[in-house]
Amino acid sequence: MVATNEIPRPANTVQLLTAEGRFQPSETSAEYLPYLERLDENDYRRFYRDMVRVRALDHEAANLQRQGQLGLWVPSEGQEGAQVGSAHAAKPQDHLFPSYREHAVGMVRGIDPIGIIGLLRGTTHGGWDPTDPAVGNFHLYTLVIGSQTLHATGYAMGMKLDGKVGTGDPSKDEASIVYFGDGATSQGDVNEAYVFAASYQTPQVFFLQNNHWAISVPVSTQSRTPLYLRSSGFGIPGVQIDGNDVLAAYAVTAKHLDDARNGEGPSMIEALTYRMGAHTSSDDPSKYRTDEELASWAERDPIRRFRVFLEEQGVGQGFFDSADEEAADLAADIRRRTLELAPPPVASMFQHVYSEPHPVTDEQRRWLEEYEASFGGDA
Amino acid sequence: MSDVRSEAEYVEAELIENPGDSAESRDDGASVDTASLDTQAIDVVEIVESDPDSRVLEEHVAEQEWTREFVIDDEESDRVDEQETAQADLQASAEVGEAAAEAEHDGPAVTDSQPTVDAAPEPRIQSLPMVKALNAGLRRALADDPRVILMGEDIGPLGGVFRVTEGLQKEFGPQRVMDTPLAEAGIIGTAIGLAMRGYRPVVEIQFNGFVFPGFDQITTQLAKLTNRHSGAVTMPVVIRIPHGGHIGAVEHHQEAPEAYFAHTAGLRIVAPSTPNDAYWMIQEAIASDDPVIFFEPMSRYWPKGDVDTEENPVPLHASRVVRTGTDATIVAWAGMVPVALRAAEVAAEEGRSLEVIDLRSLAPIDYAPLLQSVQKTGRLIVAQEAPGTVSVASEVAAVVAEKAFYSLESPVLRVAGFDTPFPPAKLEGVYLPDADRILEAVDRALAY
Repeated sequence: MVATNEIPRPANTVQLLTAEGRFQPSETSAEYLPYLERLDENDYRRFYRDMVRVRALDHEAANLQRQGQLGLWVPSEGQEGAQVGSAHAAKPQDHLFPSYREHAVGMVRGIDPIGIIGLLRGTTHGGWDPTDPAVGNFHLYTLVIGSQTLHATGYAMGMKLDGKVGTGDPSKDEASIVYFGDGATSQGDVNEAYVFAASYQTPQVFFLQNNHWAISVPVSTQSRTPLYLRSSGFGIPGVQIDGNDVLAAYAVTAKHLDDARNGEGPSMIEALTYRMGAHTSSDDPSKYRTDEELASWAERDPIRRFRVFLEEQGVGQGFFDSADEEAADLAADIRRRTLELAPPPVASMFQHVYSEPHPVTDEQRRWLEEYEASFGGDA
Repeated sequence: MSDVRSEAEYVEAELIENPGDSAESRDDGASVDTASLDTQAIDVVEIVESDPDSRVLEEHVAEQEWTREFVIDDEESDRVDEQETAQADLQASAEVGEAAAEAEHDGPAVTDSQPTVDAAPEPRIQSLPMVKALNAGLRRALADDPRVILMGEDIGPLGGVFRVTEGLQKEFGPQRVMDTPLAEAGIIGTAIGLAMRGYRPVVEIQFNGFVFPGFDQITTQLAKLTNRHSGAVTMPVVIRIPHGGHIGAVEHHQEAPEAYFAHTAGLRIVAPSTPNDAYWMIQEAIASDDPVIFFEPMSRYWPKGDVDTEENPVPLHASRVVRTGTDATIVAWAGMVPVALRAAEVAAEEGRSLEVIDLRSLAPIDYAPLLQSVQKTGRLIVAQEAPGTVSVASEVAAVVAEKAFYSLESPVLRVAGFDTPFPPAKLEGVYLPDADRILEAVDRALAY
């Protein structure tokens, strides 16, 4: 059986920018508009720069993969609006649990993208330290689809146990936000996360980027129901937004995170977006989707739309040129540092398997050291 | 043999070695001095066959019962008094806790913990079944550390299907003893998130065969997250799983799934066989910064044993010689330990001296006492309930063969469950190794 990729599109999707980039809020966006008042022109510029930076990273990393410098690349092109908008909506004390395509979210929160590169070059399974204040509570990537939704829910249960919810002090209240995709919604873990979040009324936002394809399988195979409606069956209200509209992503996420911190429980956001590239550098999207579909989403490109918005705000060419230059510098820096990324020391394989001494790993490490030493030389 | 075994009956007996010796203490996992053995009373609940071929004869059963009566004459009156006192104390503390819990439980758990109120000093030595020993150990861990929380299905007002957590929710409140939705992946996945937050979750899985919906979270996440974080985040999560057979239960309720977990780097796996070990090992498991799979032998849940509430005899990952002998070594764990001890009793009557080692820790395994024992006996039989193929017994056999090859007088033999699904309960007496099957293996080993 072949499923089609056409899902009934409700008319109430929250959108602030038209596909062309004009500021023309949909009727459903009224309750979110006040959150835009938190933004000034500098924030707008930052949003744009962040989107351009991650796209430059994306292109450079794809090239590095093709040149044999990365084992794999996971492109995020097309999803910058959903990621940058939602990431900026989180407060410093919030915790963010990514899947593995949230490069822009991580960069907004402060990670060094070389950590992502290391993950895909094969020099680390982590790449950054979520307990480091510099990375803004951006947790590690999780490759098993949907697993992180339960971690985010458990973490939010802990926030509630700690009394960090609904205190009335906005600087103290915390929330977690978890990122996942349309394919993940079929996983048991995601559905169990909904159950636990609803039961314990966690301070939590489920942020679903529906990019319409789980590798080669269309979202219509995952669900015949719009995904934002699914969570309501669990008692978690859902809202669908135009995920290629960075302002909608910001405003809607800001409201729902505020509500979560204030003790109003979990909610779910479905951001409609599109993965312009392949799932990873290992697949060929031309085998499973049409040029027409790709072209229709190219017309709604989040960066181009926001640039039109900024131009209408009077932002001049100089800014866009400097953003491009900054992005090019980032890409060049990433290329240089990628080539410098050496394999981790052999002994690191045995480190942190356990947090306390362990006779098996200790013995195997010692054996390997002696074995390697037996070859002599500098090895 | 299966037909006659259907007439099996349960008897209870206690085998006591060298009463009067004090429990030794060891400060690490190094070798044990077999001359000064742990002398803890070990209760035995075992199917006794009326099979005419069985070497576990009725007269032996009668002798065990006599032994038990002898023990009761000596000690039971005191023990009964202590037990009544202990139960009264348990009741008293539960009531105090209940009142406190009712008084206030709206706030956050960390600032709202209800430490146990000592109405009266408890006796140092208490005779408790393992369920009560675990309950006491969990209570102590909850009282000592506000970050400890319990999670699981039916662990609140019901106290768990085996009553291990009985009274704890009343005492510590529903925020620290949480009844969860019925979803094992959800329980373990949220426990991981809570551990990331700084909590120390202790998860109850209701039955061994029900852990598998959570297997992905255990093996791909829990076991690897410390490594993925390069140690910046640790995973102090304990997963308690009832273990093994002998209880006549339905499918998925009597399995011994330790090998699945022992194959996964990052997990620690332990399995106490006595109430005293259960009391201490659960506290040590909770104190560990690594995830611990904690197997609780269901067949050992209710027999009583002395629990020393002041002195912890052995570290978490130490194996222990529980009976000395010279002709062959039997290694067992969890519900197989009393079976091995019974085989040793029978063998003694036949003039053979068997040494019995309680492995206690399945990952890592403390091999020093095993190797020392094999150097003495030259023969090793590993007895387990799980199927033998690719099992903990296989691993023990391989390592001992590697490290004590020149001490071995015969191949290491495994006595294990068969490589079949755990059978319907009426056949479990055939499936599960009994003393006769251990003795048959001893015969084979000694024939070399």
